[in-house]
Amino acid sequence: MSMPAPVPTPETTWFWEAARQHRLMLPKCVSCARTHWYPRAICPHCLGDASDRIEASGEGVIYTYTVMRRVAEPYALAYVTLAEGPTMLAQLVDCDFNGLKVGGRVKLAWVPSADGTPMPCFTPVA
Amino acid sequence: MTIKHAAFIAGAYEHPTRKAPDKSVAQLHAECARGALADAGLTKDDVDGYFCAGDAPGMGPLSMADYMNLRVRHVDATDIGGSSYLMLVSHAAQAIKAGKCNVALITLAGRPRTDSRPRAVNPDQPDVQFEAPYGLVTLNAYALCAMRHMHEYGTTSEQLAWIKVAASHHAQWNPHAMLRDVVTVEEVLASPMVADPLHRLDCCVISDGGGALIVVSPEIARTLKRPLVAVRGAGEAVKHTMAGAVDLTYSGGRVSGPIAFAEAGVTPADIKYASIYDSFTITVLMQLEDIGFCEKGQGGRFVADGNLISGVGKLPFNTDGGGLCNNHPANRGGITKVIEAVRQLRGEAHPKVQVPNCDLALAHGTGGLLGTRHGSATLIMERL
Repeated sequence: MSMPAPVPTPETTWFWEAARQHRLMLPKCVSCARTHWYPRAICPHCLGDASDRIEASGEGVIYTYTVMRRVAEPYALAYVTLAEGPTMLAQLVDCDFNGLKVGGRVKLAWVPSADGTPMPCFTPVA
Repeated sequence: MTIKHAAFIAGAYEHPTRKAPDKSVAQLHAECARGALADAGLTKDDVDGYFCAGDAPGMGPLSMADYMNLRVRHVDATDIGGSSYLMLVSHAAQAIKAGKCNVALITLAGRPRTDSRPRAVNPDQPDVQFEAPYGLVTLNAYALCAMRHMHEYGTTSEQLAWIKVAASHHAQWNPHAMLRDVVTVEEVLASPMVADPLHRLDCCVISDGGGALIVVSPEIARTLKRPLVAVRGAGEAVKHTMAGAVDLTYSGGRVSGPIAFAEAGVTPADIKYASIYDSFTITVLMQLEDIGFCEKGQGGRFVADGNLISGVGKLPFNTDGGGLCNNHPANRGGITKVIEAVRQLRGEAHPKVQVPNCDLALAHGTGGLLGTRHGSATLIMERL
């Protein structure tokens, strides 16, 4: 069973359009030059209303994770701290759920949701 | 302005039901209101302020004031999830102090055990598209915190289990509790892993039911026959994902706790009994650290070896069995936290768990999700 599709809002259509090209984009505020997560039109650091978009390298580290065990299809949920700074929620995929570690390095892996929109997920790297 | 001694909790009622397929949610709210008013020795027509939160059906205070035919001049329906009702006691005290009302009714009720339909998600909620598709639910949001706490501080599953063990020791004396069997650390660890590192017995019950409180002015409190339970201090806070600087090692209690203690002019060492929101064992452990009962990272050691068991440990907690064993009406445990604290202050807790000379109590809660965004509320109460 695939993940439910995300429902974009007018301020996030650009994010999901980039996702369809397998590009994980982060907003970076023109006023304060800081990035944030989750993407917003108004900077949550300074309320600036103009932002650039930078492409994430896709490298990150597991801040914390958990495995949902008592469901039809177990899945791993995690917070991943991106190399660019922000920490985002995502699933950990293509991995042994019993080998996951806080602090472990991960890389971006796109997984299609129910309507085909790719969701940014991560997979452990050696 | 301070609310110290500005208002008194004159009525408290916990609905005895744990499964109510034959009752409506509005009906449960009204049954709780009826119970709390009877406890206080007041009537419906005395109520001039009404307080509720997201579990109240329809348009909250409009629908419920209409249903109960309340003639109120002040309402407040601020929703911060399960801790709302702890905060609403403070809001009621503020309103009373400001002269906006004299008799405040607070109600909570719901039937998640009977009606297990998932809550509707509003796609306008800005975080939903970046969280819901991944399968974020209440359980794994708290498990994420527990996993990080273990990594950061060496907290163990055995230490978390002690919290459930303590709750079960108390629940055995509560005839209304859903889970009355005393459990051991080993039994908690042997229960199925549901979301690493949380076991099934690290989780609270799902129950129908509700509760209500009556908060009154000092003048009215002195005309009633109930023991005088005063509001002495309160604090509230919101904590969230901080624009991506996620830090799951602490809760909003780090803010709400010190505010409440400062207003009350007391310290954690002065507290004789504590109601601590226990949606999960990790919730209790983190909140105890954050509101100052122990150092950050020492929660595991603090709760171990029965330290939360009444008559055994230094900090008796949740002597009704709490959400872990007794009741978690509407998936919101804030009001039952106040109710058991009031019982302790009145000397009306079960004799097996009553704290001797309990004249200063704290109730603290977290609402929403500890792993994403939540509200925290701390309430310090005193028997005069």
